[in-house]
Amino acid sequence: MLKIIPERFRQGYRTSAFPRREPQLSARFRGVPQIDGGKCPPTCHYCVDNCPMQAITRVAGKVVIDLGRCLFCAKCVCPHDAISFSADYRLAVRERRQLQLSADDSLELAQPLADELRRLFGRSLKLRQVSAGGCNACEADFNVLGVPTFDLGRFGIQVVASPRHADGLLVTGPVTANMRAALLDTYAALPEPRLVIVSGACAISGGPFAASAVAGNGVDELLPVDLYVPGCPPHPYTLLDGLLRLLGRR
Amino acid sequence: MVDSAVRISNNDVVALADVQLWPLPRFIAAIDVELAGGARVVSYFAHHGGTAKVELWCVLAHDDRGELMVLRSHSDAEFPSLAARHPQIQLFEREIYEQFSLVPVGHPWLKPIRFEPSWRDHAASAAVIGDFTPYQVAGEEIHEVAVGPVHAGVIEPGHFRFQCHGEEVKHLEISLGFQHRGVEHLLVGGPTAATLLQMEALAGDTTIGHTSAYCQLCESLGGVKITPAAARLRAIALELERLANHVGDVGALSGDTGFLTTASYCGSIRGNILNLSADICGNRFGRGLLRPGGVNFAVDEALAQDLLEKLDAIEDETNGAIALFYDSPSVLARMDGVGCVSMAVAAELGLVGPAARASGLVRDVRQHYPGVADDDFTAAEVENAGDVQARALVRRREIAASFALVRQRLQQLPPGEVALPVASLLPEHIGVALVEGWRGEIVHVAITDDAGRFARYKVVDPSFHNWSGLAMALRGQQISDFPLCNKSFNLSYCGFDL
Repeated sequence: MLKIIPERFRQGYRTSAFPRREPQLSARFRGVPQIDGGKCPPTCHYCVDNCPMQAITRVAGKVVIDLGRCLFCAKCVCPHDAISFSADYRLAVRERRQLQLSADDSLELAQPLADELRRLFGRSLKLRQVSAGGCNACEADFNVLGVPTFDLGRFGIQVVASPRHADGLLVTGPVTANMRAALLDTYAALPEPRLVIVSGACAISGGPFAASAVAGNGVDELLPVDLYVPGCPPHPYTLLDGLLRLLGRR
Repeated sequence: MVDSAVRISNNDVVALADVQLWPLPRFIAAIDVELAGGARVVSYFAHHGGTAKVELWCVLAHDDRGELMVLRSHSDAEFPSLAARHPQIQLFEREIYEQFSLVPVGHPWLKPIRFEPSWRDHAASAAVIGDFTPYQVAGEEIHEVAVGPVHAGVIEPGHFRFQCHGEEVKHLEISLGFQHRGVEHLLVGGPTAATLLQMEALAGDTTIGHTSAYCQLCESLGGVKITPAAARLRAIALELERLANHVGDVGALSGDTGFLTTASYCGSIRGNILNLSADICGNRFGRGLLRPGGVNFAVDEALAQDLLEKLDAIEDETNGAIALFYDSPSVLARMDGVGCVSMAVAAELGLVGPAARASGLVRDVRQHYPGVADDDFTAAEVENAGDVQARALVRRREIAASFALVRQRLQQLPPGEVALPVASLLPEHIGVALVEGWRGEIVHVAITDDAGRFARYKVVDPSFHNWSGLAMALRGQQISDFPLCNKSFNLSYCGFDL
């Protein structure tokens, strides 16, 4: 006890001023991509050909990045300097189609839940996490929201053990064939109304394993999804920002 | 008999034509003799040969000599099991059975391991996940506790079946496979543009470990020697990964002993260590840092200085936070003598990494099979008791050692290029790469076809060996000791399930 008290002072106060103050991320962090259509030669396919995830297409001449498939590896950054990755960590959206980011467009960040749901969950949201083939990176960076730096509890959001106690599921992983039944059972155990939040490229689109016959192609083939949080894995602030937007608190 | 076997070092390659195809009895007898003589199985797998028969490949390690032995045979329907004599081989044999429908005759525990469809017999229906016959203890007052796949906490799925007499666990059986993504199957025909990204997500908390092994294989098969600057940055990233996970795990152990002070501090300190990786490559888990031929990001003088300053502050905070934990009698009493794995059992099961070292086994790839940047590694950290406390103490000493290694390496960054182009891979060769990840020995083996593509890519995560260690640690313990024992190993589900 006598050792704990001075150590407590030495370690200091660790909770960030987020969301009042924007977080300081590392200088090399890769956030929302910026596509400058003006610099993009109409016949060039550099980014389309170089994306290992086939996340980039040209639609009516415009380059479109599917942020649900994007792993932020930056292989698409081209000699024409048309694509760059910004420091903007805010990526969460409410609908799958909103993750299609076109040249010169910006992302439609998540809108709050409808009033009734917001009244129910806005000040107290209990989540059950299910990893359905995740690699433990998305899981780890969700878990980290519980540490003093982020202190998820101060927003009224809490992780619970039983789906019966939960208001929503936070799913990671592409939903492997071997986890499909367990995920559906867990969802069925949630009392209504219930939310589904998917975190990471795997849970959105199958991610790097989408080509596998047993890995699955994401959660929204099986369950209605309320919030998509892209990334591989999403930065903890990306996820926290998404959760707060969903609850109408940002 | 085994004198004519092919012997290689870590990161070596050998032409397939130079590895003789031995008749099955000679192959099995050789493995038997070598294991009895103290060798370890680091990889053992089946592979579609060109014929109707399935090839069997085995890589054995002689740690004392830093030597790897490569053996090859084939069979069409079955092969003799060595599991009863050498338990460390039992999972490998079950994997061969599951993937290639070759029966290990005489296997005492022939059950599915990942519930994956057969690679060879496409008509055969895959076993249904969770549908297995658990080992059962009989008798009055014996009861069974089933946990998972979805279990409490933010954790990957697995199924645990406890056979209990009152509170005492007589036996724990762990049945996995829920995270199976078909990784090895997906890698056949590669490398493709996606392969590197799949390696990075093989086991998320071991991004650097697994991706290093993959890059080393591509480089040895591609005939490239990476620059000292690149090798040094990889070695730094690997130690940062070890640090982040060990610090996080000490925090988690602290949480599971109910000592919340250290749990809170370590949770946020772990994040600060991950942020050092992000300072180097933009991603907290080191994604995007490595590539075959080197690394994608250089660290200049200014960044190195910045990292060193942050490292000093983090080390100071870590030492303060974990000292509280290791100096509290109530904490030590909770860990002392709990979840014991004796040296004999650890050796029999083929444990690796901190779990093996906590039971007195000197096993560390950095010591026995050093890579190009391991010249400054001194010696493996070893404890003898084999209990939760020993595993916690090994972690503590490795935390101190990794801080020293990262600092030393950042202070002496060699100048020069960090990435070289990698040519196409040698056709019809086999390559082996070992890396000491934070959980232990990571083994990747690649066999290339006549065009230099992967005909077979075999991954062995340290968890593949170590889950059996956790099961044995629980014997004779209380069911309430499970979370603590589990955390002291902190094994990977997806690394096992692949």
